[in-house]
Amino acid sequence: MSSAAHSSHKTSPELLLQLAGITKKFGPLIANDAIDLKVHKGEIVALLGENGAGKTTLMNILFGHYVADEGTVTVTNRDGNLEQLEPGAPQAALDAGIGMVHQHFTLAENLSGLDNIVLGTEPIFRLRRDRTAARAKLADLMSGSGLNVDLDQPVHKLTVGEKQRVEILKALYRDARLLVLDEPTAVLTPQEADSLFVILRQLAATGLSVIIIAHKLAEVLAVSHRIAVLRGGKKVGEMQTSDADHRSIAELMVGREVPVSRRTERVPGAPVLRLSDVTIDRGDARRSLHGVNLTACEGEILGIAGVSGNGQAALAQLLAGLDKPDSGIVEIFEAIVTKFDAHKFAQNGIARIPEDRHHDGMVGSMSVAENIAIEDVRSKDYQKFGFLDFAAIRKRAEQAIKDYDVRCPGPGAPARLLSGGNIQKLILARVLEKSPKLILANQPSRGLDVGAQSEVHRRLLEARQNGAAVILISEDLDELLTISDQIVVIHAGHVSKAIPTDAIDRSELGLMMAGQTKTYTQQAQTSNTIRQGETP
Amino acid sequence: MIRFEPRSNPGPILVYGVPVFAAVFAILLAAIPLALAGAPIMDAYGLMITGAFGSVFSTSEMLTRATPLILTGLAAAIAFRAKLWNIGAEGQLYMGAMAAVVVGTGVIDGPSWVMIPVIMIAGALAGALMLIGPTLLKTRMGVDEVVTTLLLNFIVLLFVQMMLEGALKDPMSMGWPQSEPIIDSAILPPLLERMRVHLGLIIALVAASGLAVFVKRTVWGFEIRAVGENAAAAKFSGISVTKTMILVAALSGGLAGLAGVSEVAGTRGYLATDLSPGYGYAGIVVAMLARLSPVGVIISALFVASVFVGADSMSRAIGVSSYLADLIVAMSLLCVLIGGFLTRFKVRFDRRKTAG
Repeated sequence: MSSAAHSSHKTSPELLLQLAGITKKFGPLIANDAIDLKVHKGEIVALLGENGAGKTTLMNILFGHYVADEGTVTVTNRDGNLEQLEPGAPQAALDAGIGMVHQHFTLAENLSGLDNIVLGTEPIFRLRRDRTAARAKLADLMSGSGLNVDLDQPVHKLTVGEKQRVEILKALYRDARLLVLDEPTAVLTPQEADSLFVILRQLAATGLSVIIIAHKLAEVLAVSHRIAVLRGGKKVGEMQTSDADHRSIAELMVGREVPVSRRTERVPGAPVLRLSDVTIDRGDARRSLHGVNLTACEGEILGIAGVSGNGQAALAQLLAGLDKPDSGIVEIFEAIVTKFDAHKFAQNGIARIPEDRHHDGMVGSMSVAENIAIEDVRSKDYQKFGFLDFAAIRKRAEQAIKDYDVRCPGPGAPARLLSGGNIQKLILARVLEKSPKLILANQPSRGLDVGAQSEVHRRLLEARQNGAAVILISEDLDELLTISDQIVVIHAGHVSKAIPTDAIDRSELGLMMAGQTKTYTQQAQTSNTIRQGETP
Repeated sequence: MIRFEPRSNPGPILVYGVPVFAAVFAILLAAIPLALAGAPIMDAYGLMITGAFGSVFSTSEMLTRATPLILTGLAAAIAFRAKLWNIGAEGQLYMGAMAAVVVGTGVIDGPSWVMIPVIMIAGALAGALMLIGPTLLKTRMGVDEVVTTLLLNFIVLLFVQMMLEGALKDPMSMGWPQSEPIIDSAILPPLLERMRVHLGLIIALVAASGLAVFVKRTVWGFEIRAVGENAAAAKFSGISVTKTMILVAALSGGLAGLAGVSEVAGTRGYLATDLSPGYGYAGIVVAMLARLSPVGVIISALFVASVFVGADSMSRAIGVSSYLADLIVAMSLLCVLIGGFLTRFKVRFDRRKTAG
């Protein structure tokens, strides 16, 4: 299929967009360094790169949010002539037919899909609302592309995948000729992602051009015609997708060989964490759990798979000691937990890696050293009579910076200067150095580049090898399948029985994440007994 | 078109230079109202300087004025550090003064080294309790402390008035609503003979340096900084936000209460409802000028006190309204707020016009 698409482009390469020599500096940082990029009509181009590679800056220049220091953006206008886009003018980009679908949707939740789509295209003052024309145009768009959504439903009733379709329709309704999608699959189940790719292929066949910003390689290989790789603000490679392979792209992105972490055989030991019939009801589905049964053992990584907002937050709050169950029993280290207290949890050998590392993981204005010691400042090692022992705090920080390769100006530098990957290393150094017996890792590699991701995986596997039980909450299936020993699926606050990773069928997992297996709640009831039967 | 770009790491020149520049700029701006009032501008500035620093007496007056400002400035600084918006230092000051009067007018007696600590502790406790209430309402029920502490100021002032008309009224006061005088052994002694500057100044300076060490070097100070800068991360790491907030409330209210003790037992000698000309509110300005640094509070309190005393004396000499002092202080606060913004953001002027 892809080769056919390629050949058609080669024969009629009608240029749609040309970025030429785009350079953008922020002080000493060169975010974009003389980047050239061409997009042809009906072509899907994947823009790949780690965080900080310059993808977002480049797109912001395309949309006129930033003005490039050097270089030009040229678009073939509707008459077929090349025309330079006015820099720094978002309206010019919109008029030229460039549409953007952001990772975080920009929809009004209380309005219908139709309202959202026509919003801003209708005159403000009008006596009568006539949407027959809009409906006809949208019906046309939907039948041609497979973007089927019930447009009269209020947006908050739609699934994430449907909301994304509304976003795409919104761009197409405004006659977009080039669609830019920022990390479009981050919030989707594998099935939803697959159907998005089918739609994008169909749209491309009708002449729409697409730029996909991504860092998941497998997806890019599946959908795109051409791949451009950015690293450190430079374009380091460009190739036809048919000529590309997984490993070579990863190395292009990172700039060096990426070590792949693999699980080694290990027999799990005694149970470390056991939840029996735990219910937390907070009225809101994303913060509630219903009759959850779960067991994690020594030397085992238990993956929690699920689409974002299905109760992962409630489970994480519970295991971090920040919330207590309404009913049910939580046993940690074979003792029933009565006091849910973050300080106690941290002091008793539970390592907690927060989901949002900037918001919950560090105090930006405090130093790297203080952030590493933050859980332990009350312990005797770091204070005497209430006075902080700065020498001890600094010594630990220096050791941690060395052991965990935290790139920072020094232990005294404010933590907010660190990049996302280095903040995560700082958090790992804080919690893993105390050789914890239970680790809660909530989205530990989200938003990290390939290199930092593999470092996180290595550390978690190392802890597993040393006998820790790891609860890995993740939306990244590849991550779960690579390092988990067993996986449970969480959907609408219910948790399925645990499935050994080696016995997992990817599409079955996708269906469970979408809540489409009827049996999972009953299975959950019996999971404990089954698990115990299995464990030698 | 003007754009603001955030600075990643402002240097020390910006951080320390901006408040100084703001203060100087505010004084220069005062030339406008002076000119409008028809006053000779250079003479007015000269009179302001001699009014605050011209003699031992004027300097003593300035230091007397700075004493309560240091204490209320510290109260605001420590609270704002933890993002506890205590606007109630004025009320806490009056409660502290009233507690000092209750125990310091003859109920108990003893030597000075007993009585002075006793009234200080009583005043600090009363101030602390005044802020712990609103803080508990904030942490337990999410009640906005800006509203509660601000409104408590009026309640306290009316309560003090009621007490001065009743239980605490001095029978020898010829009908004036004022308390009995503080007994001699509880009076904060003057530092210089025949001058008004008193022991309260030393107490304020000790409090400022103590607080600086506390915030920077102790576990509790660490927790206060963590909660103030990022409460979510502090909570996640196991720091109790509620306990930290209550500690901050006790410190902040206590310091404001001490300001009341210092005024009633150092400057005035008895309690009346005109004890403070808004020291509690001026403390907020002092703290903001000092960028919430305890040592900086000393400097900015001296600045604000010299503007008040200097402008007061100048206005009497050339017949300009003494509200000019309030004007300068208010303008320097505005200048500091704008300056603070400019330290965090870079201003870029684009010649290109906005796209339509």
